[in-house]
Amino acid sequence: MNHPPMPRSRRDAFRLAGLSAAGLALAACGVQGQKAAPPKADAVKDFWSKQTKHGSVVFANWPEYMPEDKGPLEKFKQATGISYEYKEVIQENADFFGKADPVLRAGQPLGYDIVVMTNGIQLQHMIELGYVTPLDHSKLPNFAANAGQKYKVRAYDPDNKYTVPYMSGVTGIAYNTKYVDEEITSIASLFDPKYKGRVGMMADAQEVGNFAMFALGIDPEKSTEADWKKAGEKLKAQRDAGIVRKYYDQNYIDAVSKGDVWLTMAWSGDIFQRQLAGEPVAFVVPDEGGTIWTDNMLIPKGAANPVDALMLMDFLYQPAVAAELDEYVQYVSPVPAVQDLLREKAKTATGDDRKSLEDMVDSPLMFPSDADYARLRSYTQLTTQQEQVFNPIFQSVTQA
Amino acid sequence: MRGTRLGDRLLHIYTWIIIVWLSSPIAVMILFGFNDKQSKSNTSWQGFTLRWYAELFDIPDLTVALRNSLVVAAASTVITVVIGTMLGLALGRHRFRGQGLTNFLVFAALSTPELVMGASLLSLFVSGNVPRDATTIIISHVLFSLSFVVVTVRARIVTLDPSLEEAARDLGATAWGTFRQVTLPSIMPGVLAGAMLSFALSIDDYVVTSFVNGSTVTFPLWIVGAVKTGIPPQVNVMGTLIFGVGVLIAVGNAVAARRRR
Amino acid sequence: MRRLTPYLLALPGWLWLAIFLVVPMAAMASVSLQTGNAYDGYAMTFSFSNYADAIGRYSTQMVRSILYGGLATAAMLVIGYPVAYWIAFKGGTRKSVYLFLLLLPFFVSFVLRTIAWNFLLSDNGILFGTLKGWGLLPADFHVLATTLAVVGGLTYNFLPFMILPIYVSLERVDPRIVEAAQDLYATRAAAFRRVVLPLSLPGVFAGVLMTFVPATADPLNAQILGGTGNTMIGNIIQTEYLTNLDYPTASALSFTLMAVLLVGIFAYARALGTENVLEAAAR
Repeated sequence: MNHPPMPRSRRDAFRLAGLSAAGLALAACGVQGQKAAPPKADAVKDFWSKQTKHGSVVFANWPEYMPEDKGPLEKFKQATGISYEYKEVIQENADFFGKADPVLRAGQPLGYDIVVMTNGIQLQHMIELGYVTPLDHSKLPNFAANAGQKYKVRAYDPDNKYTVPYMSGVTGIAYNTKYVDEEITSIASLFDPKYKGRVGMMADAQEVGNFAMFALGIDPEKSTEADWKKAGEKLKAQRDAGIVRKYYDQNYIDAVSKGDVWLTMAWSGDIFQRQLAGEPVAFVVPDEGGTIWTDNMLIPKGAANPVDALMLMDFLYQPAVAAELDEYVQYVSPVPAVQDLLREKAKTATGDDRKSLEDMVDSPLMFPSDADYARLRSYTQLTTQQEQVFNPIFQSVTQA
Repeated sequence: MRGTRLGDRLLHIYTWIIIVWLSSPIAVMILFGFNDKQSKSNTSWQGFTLRWYAELFDIPDLTVALRNSLVVAAASTVITVVIGTMLGLALGRHRFRGQGLTNFLVFAALSTPELVMGASLLSLFVSGNVPRDATTIIISHVLFSLSFVVVTVRARIVTLDPSLEEAARDLGATAWGTFRQVTLPSIMPGVLAGAMLSFALSIDDYVVTSFVNGSTVTFPLWIVGAVKTGIPPQVNVMGTLIFGVGVLIAVGNAVAARRRR
Repeated sequence: MRRLTPYLLALPGWLWLAIFLVVPMAAMASVSLQTGNAYDGYAMTFSFSNYADAIGRYSTQMVRSILYGGLATAAMLVIGYPVAYWIAFKGGTRKSVYLFLLLLPFFVSFVLRTIAWNFLLSDNGILFGTLKGWGLLPADFHVLATTLAVVGGLTYNFLPFMILPIYVSLERVDPRIVEAAQDLYATRAAAFRRVVLPLSLPGVFAGVLMTFVPATADPLNAQILGGTGNTMIGNIIQTEYLTNLDYPTASALSFTLMAVLLVGIFAYARALGTENVLEAAAR
């Protein structure tokens, strides 16, 4: 068992609530509350001391997020003798949470030992609902030694109690250089009437909220309810002036590369791909600030092989392994040493390989500079009560 | 009667225009299966290659996803058509207690938002301790396709003349014989249409499947996830092959029909 | 035995609907009356105000969805009927081939279709870019991110669901009856109106049912093809459910939507001249 033993009756209550689970309860029983008390240090230690290595691990990840030959996982298998199952079962944070919630609420295992989720509302729900197993950092030496400082201090999971980063990316501004003939440096451009109908904003409340706050000079990590309201007003004015063409999810990227929108909020990794494809898109972290987000590895409650999971997490922090992974994924690796390793590799490579490796090493989209990092902020940290205020402010703008 | 023939010819052309319109995005999909792209994104044309056809099965998870989708679509279509036709027959041909309620349920299944259906099915499976896999996907696909088959079959049945069946029975045919030799052939276009609709619904479903799939991944699920990092051209090639096989079946059918004549 | 037949025929369908639809719907009805939040739990308080709140907050999107769904359904009927008519009467031995070809694009994932449509309809893409180049369209003309795109997308995506049932009921009509009617009523139009159209009404009813209902509840087209101010009720339900974890609001909205659709279909059945919607569906 991976969670503290529960009294029998309570587990039955959970099972009953299972019918309700994704929010559908039978009249009499209602949905059980799940708010988790922070785990006591002793309990965590106690839990891990009882776990043993089982020789297998199940890794749930997004498609196209691991080299096709599964190189890093194969090396893990050779090094530790632990066999792996790798499943590309995560398509969307919201959809994945929607599916995981009723299962975990009913006290049943998800069937995965490692899950990758982006920091944001759903990950926070996972942690707050007690669906995530606290990590044992004594078994994560490579993480301690090799992870960048920025990836050890994250507002959404201080001290990496529950998660360690898998890959990161930056939300900034992308613009189509065919249509925009100035250099964009400021978020103010997103609010500039001369780009009326040509601006893309993101539909996600946290993403769009952050940018409005940057524009107002507010640090989202330290923002208050009054700040959110101001930000909401700013976005509403922008929308009502007809500046925004659309509030996008992933498909902003096609829109900007084809010129349907000229400038838009954008994720760094996407734009890097388009640049490699020779499309006329530029990416910038605005002067006022940009958002750094991270896809995180976590061990869900009830996982069958927590020790093996922990070992794999740590293995991915060996610089050589991290470099192999990042060469394929082309996002921001939490291991800074990757840049040097890829630079070394570029020297020995030839032809197209060399060119693409050099592009990667030089790209601020894979290796942001210190100046970039200084301007990057996480999403606003929200409690349950705050969320019920925060979300409607921005959803009433994006979902009118 | 010249005017009539002209009208028919215009309608013939019109039908083909609609077929071409519906298929137009497929042309783009096929084209980008030949794109010699240099980065992960496959959205701008960069030259012709057959590479992706040679490397079609290089992404094992994608191959498995496609296979899962075909199996699920085939199985759920068979089940849906059988129980949907039976229900359609009962509703369209008979009077029985609970008919109004049954009609209401058929309507309700049609009007439940997909997300709600997916989420509530998952809760049901979880509370019943049913492991989520291909079976639960099939169960769910049958649920949302069922109404389409029922409604289509019923629309066919209500235009039929019941006296034919009575005549068959008067001539001494058994109930089963009447069904097989009279009823079934005359409702067959409806059954066939329902089958095609439920196959299309199943193979294209994302929302409901994303709730009840457990760790079984289908073709649409894999693609939606891959949008984040760039959809590989093998996806286009697989789509092309599905489409190509479909066209071959259609052509084969047409040729066979001509021979029979 | 004869009296048992309909019950036996309906039994498997009943079981399926009872287990996998009725039970979850009952649970959903219950949730729609609860209050609380995901962390502290939800409790049954019979708060019918959930409905009033949800409708009050999202009436705009609700009305918009019905409007879009209705427009798309009307467009499908106008576009689809002639196709069904031609295939049914003139499709000859290749009837099923034509139907199959109409449906074939839908065997390929909606993501690929969407990407392709975005490619084709892009502001400066091969279609509009070329026309703009020739000066046939103003430079800021666009279709994506407009109401037209959403309604057009719904029309495109559900069209086969209109054509097939109409075809199925028309195919049954004996062409000789049509010819006789043409002789009788002198004009084709009159023959069509007096004979063919009435015979196809069950198919039209089925087609409208199978397109209007899912199109109104659809979130994808608005999400992918729409712009600001095109949000439909399906999108709202999704956000309330998956992002806000506000299960009571999401459930209340779903039930409201179903009720509204039921009323709409009822009114439509009336307009077709049927006393009772369930009768119309049953006949």
